[in-house]
Amino acid sequence: MAPRPRGGATEPAAEHELLSAGDVARTVARMAHQVIEKTALDAGRQEPAVVLLGIPTRGTPLARRLATRIAEFSGVQVPTGAVDITLYRDDLRRRPARPLESTRLPDGGIDDCLVVLVDDVLFSGRTVRAALDALRDLGRPRAVQLAVLVDRGHRELPIRADYVGKNIPTARTEEVAVLLSEIDGDDRVVLRRPAKEEA
Amino acid sequence: MTSPLLIKGARPYGEGAPIDLLVRDGVVAAMGADVSAADATGAEVLAADGLVALPGFVDLHTHLREPGREDTETIATGSAAAALGGYTAVFAMANTDPVADNAVVVEHVWRRGREVGLVDVHPVGAVTVGLRGEKLAELGTMARSAAGVRMFSDDGLCVFDPLIMRRALEYTRALGGVVAQHAEEPRLTVGAQAHEGEVAARLGLTGWPAVAEESIVARDCLLAQHVGARLHVCHVSTAGTADVLRWARNRPAGVAGRMAEAVVSAEVTPHHLLLTDERLTDYDPVNKVNPPLRTGGDAEALRRALAEGVIDCVATDHAPHAVQDKDCEWAAARPGMLGLQTALSIVVRTMVETGLLDWRGVARVMSERPAEIAGLPDQGRPIAVGEPANLVLVDPDARWTVRGAELASIAANTPYEGMELPARVVGTVFHGRPTSWDGKVRH
Amino acid sequence: MRHLLSTLDLDADAATELLDTAAKLKATLLGREVRKLPTLRGRTVVTMFYESSTRTRVSFEVAGKWMSADVINVSAGGSSVGKGESLRDTALTLAAAGADCVVVRHPASGAAQRLAHWLSDNGTAVVNAGDGMHEHPTQALLDAATLRERLGELAGRRVGIVGDVLHSRVARSNVHLLRTLGAEVVLVAPPTLLPAGVDDWNVPVSYELDPELPALDAVMMLRVQAERMHGGFFPSAREYSIAYGLNEARLRMLPEHAVVLHPGPMLRGMEIASAVADSPRAAITQQVSNGVHVRMAVLYHLLAAGAEETRTKETV
Repeated sequence: MAPRPRGGATEPAAEHELLSAGDVARTVARMAHQVIEKTALDAGRQEPAVVLLGIPTRGTPLARRLATRIAEFSGVQVPTGAVDITLYRDDLRRRPARPLESTRLPDGGIDDCLVVLVDDVLFSGRTVRAALDALRDLGRPRAVQLAVLVDRGHRELPIRADYVGKNIPTARTEEVAVLLSEIDGDDRVVLRRPAKEEA
Repeated sequence: MTSPLLIKGARPYGEGAPIDLLVRDGVVAAMGADVSAADATGAEVLAADGLVALPGFVDLHTHLREPGREDTETIATGSAAAALGGYTAVFAMANTDPVADNAVVVEHVWRRGREVGLVDVHPVGAVTVGLRGEKLAELGTMARSAAGVRMFSDDGLCVFDPLIMRRALEYTRALGGVVAQHAEEPRLTVGAQAHEGEVAARLGLTGWPAVAEESIVARDCLLAQHVGARLHVCHVSTAGTADVLRWARNRPAGVAGRMAEAVVSAEVTPHHLLLTDERLTDYDPVNKVNPPLRTGGDAEALRRALAEGVIDCVATDHAPHAVQDKDCEWAAARPGMLGLQTALSIVVRTMVETGLLDWRGVARVMSERPAEIAGLPDQGRPIAVGEPANLVLVDPDARWTVRGAELASIAANTPYEGMELPARVVGTVFHGRPTSWDGKVRH
Repeated sequence: MRHLLSTLDLDADAATELLDTAAKLKATLLGREVRKLPTLRGRTVVTMFYESSTRTRVSFEVAGKWMSADVINVSAGGSSVGKGESLRDTALTLAAAGADCVVVRHPASGAAQRLAHWLSDNGTAVVNAGDGMHEHPTQALLDAATLRERLGELAGRRVGIVGDVLHSRVARSNVHLLRTLGAEVVLVAPPTLLPAGVDDWNVPVSYELDPELPALDAVMMLRVQAERMHGGFFPSAREYSIAYGLNEARLRMLPEHAVVLHPGPMLRGMEIASAVADSPRAAITQQVSNGVHVRMAVLYHLLAAGAEETRTKETV
């Protein structure tokens, strides 16, 4: 069943671009530099091993893009993977059944690694909490960090990101949509305002 | 003595102009122009404008459940359902607890029927002791009892042993009786739950094959014609049985032993005329009945056979069951469905609306032929001066919605729940006295 | 999906989604030391088995527990069921006691569907774990999951179902599901073990096994129950085995890639030779392990989701 528009919409939602394709590319590049700096990645050093784990759907290609940039800038090939959090969500019963996404770990696993979780938007923090629970069942990382393309505020849990592409203040009713070429055909970040409610 | 009755504006058999009928002392005293104002003085008037008058219905196949299962039906509540359904005579099947296989039980049923006084209740005697199919019950004693039993049946179970069946047919010749057979070859229906066919195959229900009925009917027709007896086939449910009956009736005289004296008759239930096994897909046991609901092709063939006279009459196989015996898993449920108050409407839907029968035909299959088969002199008679006043008044244009809880039976297991049906019994006159009027029983 | 009563209720999308979920769950759990997901925490699954079946009951129990559901087993012997309580009353009692899902195995065809009807006001999900001769949908799903692993997509594949089709709920569920997934099904059995209405299933039927074998991508051997052997459905176990048993010679008649399935429990030497059952072509243990993942997927889709109605109320 197709999702119903929220509210008895009478006019289409207003949409406004926050980041262009160029902005997205520059932001990812900047985040890659930050990761290199903060984790002290160096082609000559072995420790600590860094693993980028994307949270599906859009965290997965973001993690790969970050890894590509990191390799460009530092010469270090950082392994990537994906961790699906669907089975760990705390809101399963509020929605129809969701299809599961893939969980894929690098060959060496994540034990004793520095895991950087990668997601597109940080909002309530619940997704990250679920990802932390999932990680617990997958191995024992030495430390876990968080990288997000957009932090839109409104946290419901004591969680903050280590790497933020862009902070965007939003109203709770607004929607931040990250579009990536791997999934959506082009790169863009847009803010969607809810349609006006019928009186 | 009951007061005279003036039925105003009814059309006997739905034919001709509306007339008045004067009923006095249990007989039709005057009709039409002969009804003078003076004769009708003091008579109770039944306003029957636009209603069709038919002879009171006779049901050869009713389960009244008394004695034994008075939690589902009693002779009183069953009689009320009969009166509301337009019946003036019903035959109460023998599979009670204790079984009606002796004079004591049949006299009890007969007496209770008289006490209730809404319909002639004729007990059917069991053919064999305890319906076990092994030893003839005391058929003569039941025939000579106050109940005057003339119809014998192990209904619910088949008299499967061919020798027992032959003896029963032969023996009842002396009693002027008829053996009503529940035709079901038991070896072919071990564990049977539904008509053997596509639906049962899909639903995983053990099949009740048509041949289990047809083979017994064929055998019994041959036996009856061999010994010159009267055989009545209960609840014919398959196209093949109709073929067998047609064949048996058309055999040249003299081809079998006492063929000339033999009489084969048959009944069909309203539910086998209307419902099919397609209804089984939700496993609701309200649709479980024995013989089972068959295919659309069978229902079609049964309608034609009834119109043709190959099947003589309609009998309800009215079978009340308690909620716990129906609202359970299919295999655990008991077979049977209510029928007395819906029979006319189903016959109208399947036979009248389809053009297969007119109102005279309805009178034939619901009153005249069953009365003849059972040998009732005062039922199924023409609507004429001097004839017994057993009448039913039908509104042919009414539509009504079936609600099991509103039916007079204690049980509510009607398969027609929520269905809108055509034609309604407005009143029943039983030996000159109204027993139901406008949906209410009159004592 | 509110209940899983019959594979006829699953269209190709729904069936594929269940199978995909099962495959994802299998991959997720692969190699884990702690096979425990929090997904169904606080949800209660009751298994109600009116027929003994260690295999299916344990599989459902493990599936529920791996997803952190509370699983309670009710067996006909050790409860009020044995005291003659009706199925309806037992079900209503369990629902009132807080069961979110009832997994039922019952000898009466249609029992699961009746249960779903009685529980329609309670929001309790019903899973048919085998009802009489009717259906066993999770068995068909685990068979399909196994075939997908071995053969890839099922569309265009040809599967032979051999043996007691008449009494087999496994056969019925598989016929529907395999056809929904685009596979061809051929039924192979003596005429006495085919249902009388089988012609209307529009499935090819053969009384002989040998001519069918070379064209099959998979062969599913049905169990021959002891009571059938004495029920006059065929002259003798020996004759049945000769005509329909999958022996080594017949195994060689199958294409190289063909898979041998059996829902268990097997009668070695009867419908399947020991050497065949233990051969790498047989996927019998794989079927068992897929059973857990398929049942996890079913429980996930039934219990880890809000009802459609609720969602409508929330969003309108």
